[in-house]
Amino acid sequence: MAKIQEAWSSRLGVILAVAGSAVGLGNFLRFPGQAAQYGGGAFMIAYFVSLLIVGIPICWTEWTLGRYGGRFGFHSTSGIFHALLRKPWGKYLGVIGFIVPVMIYMYYVYIEAWCLGYAVNALSGRLNEPGVNYSEFFGRFTGASGDGVALHFGLGDVGIFLVIVYLLNFFFIYRGITKGIETVCKYAMPALIAIALIILVRVLTLGTPDATKPDQNVMAGLGFMWNPGDIATGLKNPQLWLAAAGQIFFSLSVGFGVIITYASYLRKKDDVVLSGLTASATNEFCEVGLGGLITVPAAFMFLGAAGIVGQGTFGLGFNVLPEVFARMPAGQMFASIFFLLLFLAAITSSLSMLQPGIAFLEEGLGIERKASVALLGLVTAIGTMFVWYFSADLKALDTIDFWVGTVMLFVQATILIIIFGWVVGVEKGWKIAHEGAEMRIPDIFKVIIKYITPAFLVAIFVMFTLKNVFGWNFSLGAAEFNPTGYVQDLVGEKPNHVARLSVGLIVIMTIFSLLLVNIAGKVWAKRDIIEKENH
Amino acid sequence: MTTGGWINLILSVGFVTVLFVWCIWRVLRGPKDPAKLAHIEPLDEDEAGRR
Repeated sequence: MAKIQEAWSSRLGVILAVAGSAVGLGNFLRFPGQAAQYGGGAFMIAYFVSLLIVGIPICWTEWTLGRYGGRFGFHSTSGIFHALLRKPWGKYLGVIGFIVPVMIYMYYVYIEAWCLGYAVNALSGRLNEPGVNYSEFFGRFTGASGDGVALHFGLGDVGIFLVIVYLLNFFFIYRGITKGIETVCKYAMPALIAIALIILVRVLTLGTPDATKPDQNVMAGLGFMWNPGDIATGLKNPQLWLAAAGQIFFSLSVGFGVIITYASYLRKKDDVVLSGLTASATNEFCEVGLGGLITVPAAFMFLGAAGIVGQGTFGLGFNVLPEVFARMPAGQMFASIFFLLLFLAAITSSLSMLQPGIAFLEEGLGIERKASVALLGLVTAIGTMFVWYFSADLKALDTIDFWVGTVMLFVQATILIIIFGWVVGVEKGWKIAHEGAEMRIPDIFKVIIKYITPAFLVAIFVMFTLKNVFGWNFSLGAAEFNPTGYVQDLVGEKPNHVARLSVGLIVIMTIFSLLLVNIAGKVWAKRDIIEKENH
Repeated sequence: MTTGGWINLILSVGFVTVLFVWCIWRVLRGPKDPAKLAHIEPLDEDEAGRR
């Protein structure tokens, strides 16, 4: 019997699925923190420039290549590159498109469990009890205070929530593209935006929450986030450009292998230009329009600048904000729905991370949905348990996030844009992109995609590596290099065994993935021969 | 908040909001004919394994 081809049931469905994949914790926690840290004005200029020359072009590229590959019956990055390049090595270029989403899922689902756990704990009133030490709660709940301390299953522990989110993810992914991913995103995305708007109204109507601190009011909170600072000096700061471009890059989930896979389930004449732009615009609205007005201003109003400065994404989300909600009128309810919002943002992203893996296993190994879900479930469960157990200082999570979720992502995005601009060719790519398109991409983007985006990506990647791997001090005149913790943990005088084990896991996963691609290549080669004979 | 802060906020939030609303409006007024959209996958549970 002919294989049944999966596809999206509606255009809005695929747009919401791609937007759901992109909208995550970073929109509500990382972006506002970065904008406030670098001074709103210069950061936003660099941010929008990066959106125009990196974010949107790569999105269009991925949508176009994905739909094109789907025409040949391929849905994984390796399969699509095989169909596109017609070279024995082509499929190996796409291996990162399998490794990245699968390995990010291993720790992302753990963070997703925190969000659900915090929502339930907020609803039960546990987070609002007087005298709660939020960093202590975070340390115990997430296991950041020591290896193995999070391996418990009470209401105040992460275990039960991890099991729930794992089952939810695999239940929906097993149901397939339409009944699983699309259904979840069709409800979750509007719900997420509605919840964010409710919290936004609450934050903007707080006035001066503490009369004894008149300086900490809603206007000052917004000013802390949006006052432009010294724009000219800011724009000369390479770290600011790195932060802004990185935020766009990670926020839009480009290079992940997700958009290319999702787009492969479209038909030849389904629009990709307007759909791609809409998915990006939805992400930007959630990030700048909602995230930029909620978390940092709220935190400033209750805790002042001192309570925010130096807090990373997790610090802001899981230490600062619970305290803010505890001091806010009706804070218990708002804390519950805020963490529910984060959970919705997370589950629409984690689901998207599973589909590239499922697609690859199905088409590469020729196995059915049940078998591919079981195999992927086993592989990801091993990784998640690793992150769950080795939780001290979140070292395993942080190490995998850095080497896979950041470094590999840059590499994959660069490969994608070079294939589109230089291998397929801009003119041919343009023609493919505009088949069935409901709007035209301005021609200036031909130059951007061919020259500017790859050059900008490479420049940002080099800067990123110099800073985050080799510890460059960003000085040209008196350059100094002090290898960062990510390197010291592996080859320094006092190596960290968890970091080494984490890199070992990445290496094993990479070898395993390359072997799978090799096997898949043989399956596809046979298929190519049969197709040639039939023609 | 300073005047510059207001300008920054209005331009940034305004830009993404207008872009979002315009895109959604364009998508919603696009082709309604289901034949122009991707086809719907089989709905029977027992077919899931063959997908």
